[in-house]
Amino acid sequence: MSRGPFLLLNEGRAIENLIEIKGVKHAYSTKAGPLPVLDGLEVAVPEGTFCAVVGPSGCGKSTLTRLVAGLMKPDEGEVWLHGERVRGPRKTVGMAFQNPVLLEWRTILENVILPLEIVAPTMSRAKRVERAMELLEMVGLKGFENKRPSELSGGMRQRASLCRSIVHKPEVLIMDEPFGALDAFTREDLWQTMRELRAAEPFTAVLITHDLRESVFLGDQVIVLSGRPARTQYVMNVDLPADRTLDVLYEKPVADMLSVLRQQIKIAQGRDEEVH
Amino acid sequence: MLRQITVPIIAILVFLGFWEWLVWVNGWPNFKMASPSDLPPAYSRYWELFLTMGWQTLWRTVVGLLLAVVVGTLIGMIIGFSRLMRDALYPLLVGFNAIPKATLVPVISLIFIGQHDFNTVLMAFMISFFPIAVSVGIGLSTLEPEYRDILRSLGASKYTIFTKIALPKTLPEFFGALKVSVTLAFIGTNLVEIVSPHGRGLGALFKSGETNGDYPLMFAVLIALAVLGIVLYYAVVFLEKIFAGWAEREGS
Repeated sequence: MSRGPFLLLNEGRAIENLIEIKGVKHAYSTKAGPLPVLDGLEVAVPEGTFCAVVGPSGCGKSTLTRLVAGLMKPDEGEVWLHGERVRGPRKTVGMAFQNPVLLEWRTILENVILPLEIVAPTMSRAKRVERAMELLEMVGLKGFENKRPSELSGGMRQRASLCRSIVHKPEVLIMDEPFGALDAFTREDLWQTMRELRAAEPFTAVLITHDLRESVFLGDQVIVLSGRPARTQYVMNVDLPADRTLDVLYEKPVADMLSVLRQQIKIAQGRDEEVH
Repeated sequence: MLRQITVPIIAILVFLGFWEWLVWVNGWPNFKMASPSDLPPAYSRYWELFLTMGWQTLWRTVVGLLLAVVVGTLIGMIIGFSRLMRDALYPLLVGFNAIPKATLVPVISLIFIGQHDFNTVLMAFMISFFPIAVSVGIGLSTLEPEYRDILRSLGASKYTIFTKIALPKTLPEFFGALKVSVTLAFIGTNLVEIVSPHGRGLGALFKSGETNGDYPLMFAVLIALAVLGIVLYYAVVFLEKIFAGWAEREGS
């Protein structure tokens, strides 16, 4: 029933990889000639898991999200989603960005409903509202559904943006630094919310981030990309309980993981001699 | 609400008082500069002319403006979506806009001889489409890629992205430009009305006041034009409140 390799999880159960990126290379054409951004990218994300991607600035992480979303095609290599080669945009993807990109002329509720208008044009208005309200309640925005985005705080806007990205029950949720512009406390609140959403919704997630603690807290695996042109440099399986709380970030196992990741980032930046 | 009405009215009264005082203190006679107190007699004497001429000026300005909205938006879409067309059309647009439109009056009145209504509407259009085209173009070309991506990643068509995102997002810029265009369109209409022989509209009334040395009539026309301009401007503000009211922030 599936193509591609299987990945063995702890339970010894074989689970299909929902996302597979194999040998992807890509270069942007610039005035100064081709600028290679990806060179040998290998990513495999089993269904229902959460993959965090970290790497130095400007290493091509955002290009990775556009590849998975089908917004662009790689020069070389293959991107597979649910056993199908990605050749263009598909309705089974949800996206969230650092900028919440809410539409100012719509209320929060209407913003969350937006993808349903595209993906499920026949769905009744009542059903759409019901689905959107279910998510808004889950992220703590109940009572704010009729507000305009400009009336909400940055954290609340990002919550609404998350609701919009999963309202159509996508197979894959792609997030490009969604918490990057938030203050530290709001960010940690949203990490919690993200884990709650994961427990309730069936999506498989790819998260681009600069924050190593975030990658470990949210991810089932953390992929470290090398500096530009990016290749998969290191893959870490995060073996923490599914119902982890923020306290876990201050305990020894996570501290060890963070130290390994930090070391890997230094290597990716080409600064590994500086450590020790 | 009360303040919104009383403050502008007080400002207008202060302005009229200053004007009256200026004429009085300089002892200017009527054939040099009319004063506000000369205006009511002019209106009561020619009120019928003011109504018919005012209506002619108004409808031709509005039609020219509507034309400018349609064509300006279309040009804005073309230069907003296509880099190539932007590079190609911008110099032409800027060059055309830089031509003083008064110089075009003899040109169009020779091409369309006797078509006074048409010529007037055409001039109102030509003088007022530029701000609309430029602002719609800028609004569309500066749309952040993320806005497009949230719909494009769902497989939405270009048309859907345009109607659901690009168009509403450009509305504030569009209305900003329309406010500029409203006053420009009046200039265009009046240009043709004044310069054309046997013209109609408030411009022609102004011209006949000038011919007869009736200064109070000329100033009365100017004030009537100002009133029409204000009416049309606030009509645009009203539409803006309905369609782009979301862009207005609290407390600004």
